[in-house]
Amino acid sequence: MPAPTLPSENPAASVVSPSGYALEFDNVSIAFDENVVLDGISFQLPHGETKALFGVAGSGKSTLLKLAMGLLRPDGGRIFVLGEEVTRMSEQELFELRRRVGIVFQESALFDSLKVYENVAFRLMEEGISAEEIERRVREALRFVELEQTYDMRPSELSGGMRRRVAIARAIITEPEVLLYDSPTGGLDPVTSNTIVELIVKQRDVYKTSALMATHRLQDAFTMATHQFDKATNQLVVLPKGQRGEVPMSFLILRDGKVIFDGDGHQLATSRDDYIREYIS
Amino acid sequence: MAFELELISPIEVAKDVALAVQEYTLLSAQSLANFFRRPLYMGDMLQQADLIGVGSLPIVILTGLSVGALLALNSASTLQRFGGITLIGQLVSLGMVTELGPLITGLMVAGRNASGMASELGSMIVTEQIDAMRALGTDPTKKLITPRVGATAFMLFFLTIIADLLGLIGGYGVAHLLFGLDTQQYWTSVWQTLVFRDVFTGLIKPVLFGFIIATVGCYYGISTRGGTQGVGRSTTQAVVASSVLILVVDFFVTKLIFAIFGYR
Repeated sequence: MPAPTLPSENPAASVVSPSGYALEFDNVSIAFDENVVLDGISFQLPHGETKALFGVAGSGKSTLLKLAMGLLRPDGGRIFVLGEEVTRMSEQELFELRRRVGIVFQESALFDSLKVYENVAFRLMEEGISAEEIERRVREALRFVELEQTYDMRPSELSGGMRRRVAIARAIITEPEVLLYDSPTGGLDPVTSNTIVELIVKQRDVYKTSALMATHRLQDAFTMATHQFDKATNQLVVLPKGQRGEVPMSFLILRDGKVIFDGDGHQLATSRDDYIREYIS
Repeated sequence: MAFELELISPIEVAKDVALAVQEYTLLSAQSLANFFRRPLYMGDMLQQADLIGVGSLPIVILTGLSVGALLALNSASTLQRFGGITLIGQLVSLGMVTELGPLITGLMVAGRNASGMASELGSMIVTEQIDAMRALGTDPTKKLITPRVGATAFMLFFLTIIADLLGLIGGYGVAHLLFGLDTQQYWTSVWQTLVFRDVFTGLIKPVLFGFIIATVGCYYGISTRGGTQGVGRSTTQAVVASSVLILVVDFFVTKLIFAIFGYR
């Protein structure tokens, strides 16, 4: 399927943080009442890489993303985003950092009282950018997700897949350096899921944006690991078998609040861990 | 189906209440501090002023008129027995301006708007819209709470003035039409009875009540837990808590003003 035309190309990954990673979790734990959700989680997300985050329902994937965004505070451990320790920052300082990070929520979390263009333009309006510039960039972002025709519509008039794509447009409009996707294809039909996977791969390969993607769907992550976005044809192309390890893509699996796997596609496919083998089979 | 009763320790209940009071106090303080921080979101404040002020106008007009008329009707029969029907204007004006106008307007607006704020913000919580706002780098207390607090306090002030006036008109209607009181006599007694402290009392209260309505409504809204059922619970709690708080604060403000200015 050909992808929509590209907006301005401005790779975000050129910014290198002091820690050397776009995102880093260091021994992070969090519990809700008696329920320990994450227990000593440590991993790193290098710049320009997309990491697929797996785990059964309730394993803490969404919690992990909210921790990375500073929307939740961990009980222990440290979290670095773009070299800044979010666990030591005040809410006011976090507002500044969050302008450099985009997030796509599981249920899209569009503002239902605002129209699509107001949703997508939300951050730009807050920054006091001129109306002409906002309209240009909103149309560009909506074109990127193939939804320019929804400009004046309300979120309630959109399907689940369209809402998810508008949420992606809202997340990428400011060209963030890190993107967090919370089950971006969850509950969607295969065609819409493929479109969203294509958008995520395009963001990875064209803009070199670092991303952490929580998902249940192994097939989406494997598509991302075995394909790359071809700018010439403007669509996804399958990589030859010998080049599949060259895609900046890795996998992280959570179980019982701990990381049980952190590696690339080849390491995942050849893992001897019974749980992982059962999970990917 | 078997129901299990869970006994909750009084200490846990006390801790929860203390935590809620602390969170409410912090939210209230932050909503006020935001008036001195940029951006101020004047557009949102005007929108809320329209929703709260203009939207509440019909119920305020109706209740103001009714309460004034009822006050006159109930007091007239007693006053008539002592030949003091001419005092009806004094009674209605004092009652409406110092007490019933602010109180009834506050309670009406609490019923209409505290519930609206709690349900709107509660829905935003359960659909992760508040988290999305924070993730987009916007402070929800600045964007959502401060405009509601400012708009409610500002509009309740004017709504109370309207309710007071309509209460006096309602009282006049009863006094003139049912008890034959002279128009000039009624309005002269209304005017001459009121002194600075009465007007001051009647106008300071709506500002405080407006602050209570908005902060309580917003507090229950953003504290919503437990999906749509939680939104319903927050809405009910917001109306009950704001109404009770208005009555309690009304008593203490009246007492304080008596302490400052002395009894009449």
